Amino acid sequence: MKRLDALNAIYSHLEDRVVVTIMGAVAAELQSIGHRPNFFYLQHAMGLASSMGMGIALVRPERHVIVLDGDGSVLMNLGGLTTLARYRPRNLVHVIFDNESLLSVGGFPTATSTGSDLAAIAAAAGVPRTTTVRTIDEFVRAFDTALSAGDLSCIVAKVEAVGPSGYVTGLALLENRFQFQRYLTHVRDAGAAR
Amino acid sequence: MSPVSTSNSRIVYDALKACGVRLMSALPETWLVHLIRMAEDDPDMILVRLAKEEEGVGISAGAHLAGVKSAMLMQNHGLLASINGIVSCAQLYRIPLLMLVSYRGEFGERDPWQTEGGGVTEDVLRALRIPFSFLDHPSHVAPRIAKAQTLAQSANKPVALLLCRDLMWEETT
Repeated sequence: MKRLDALNAIYSHLEDRVVVTIMGAVAAELQSIGHRPNFFYLQHAMGLASSMGMGIALVRPERHVIVLDGDGSVLMNLGGLTTLARYRPRNLVHVIFDNESLLSVGGFPTATSTGSDLAAIAAAAGVPRTTTVRTIDEFVRAFDTALSAGDLSCIVAKVEAVGPSGYVTGLALLENRFQFQRYLTHVRDAGAAR
Repeated sequence: MSPVSTSNSRIVYDALKACGVRLMSALPETWLVHLIRMAEDDPDMILVRLAKEEEGVGISAGAHLAGVKSAMLMQNHGLLASINGIVSCAQLYRIPLLMLVSYRGEFGERDPWQTEGGGVTEDVLRALRIPFSFLDHPSHVAPRIAKAQTLAQSANKPVALLLCRDLMWEETT
């Protein structure tokens, strides 16, 4: 499975949901499909995308928060999985694209290439719903199930170690940040008015 | 009885509440025990106990973008452990962080293992260009926390308050 195909397959589900991604291929590929004001790309701070998603999920329990993570990033913040599981935001879906490498810095293999199993680690950390998928069909099914489950879910999607030719996009980091904040403010105020 | 000051911890906690803090991340350390219990007992406070302090940067960033003010409680070694997140999340993305850092290793420190971190804390904050001040007397606490919060919000950047021994620890000898 290619990550770009996987992103395309769930894109319609992301359109009206809070999405936080990591840097590198995930950010560039999602933007290549189509940036939206409800997408935030954490273009550094490896490991903290899931913490950021959790911060949003805890204070906005009425919104689904989708974190699009990667194996290299998750391996930098394995403790964060225990924090996620401990507070168990039921509105958070944690997708980990696992290409078993640090693709954007030259493709060096990560520990998932030698057997470390991120879904098993998440499960052992206490994440209530975990799965590993290897095809687009499995991924879409797992993602749909996670959205309707009403509980913290972790989906490890095994993907090929291929990505875009470049990672810098036309979207400035701060433009993204303030646009995303305005989106979150807008949906809160719209929710309050309802 | 722990020599950690309950009354001064209460002053700190009330000052954080008064400047709008609704979420606290914390990694326990001796001087922070009362503050963490106060957050735990407060139904209007979201307390997130961390595995490592750097997670708190991400959690505060998410909460900020979603419109909620937060504070981070940590030891100065937690500050040292959070530096990448502070620089590459909070500073890169202009996120206000209100960091309350217990200043271990300054004059009066008895634990040998705390003494190195105390010696570098202020220099690290200066190197990171993080504005900071000291909470060393109960009368300073409320105004300094309020002003730190004001600057964090107006500048969109991290600020630090160092919780000092004279405030947090009630010496018995």
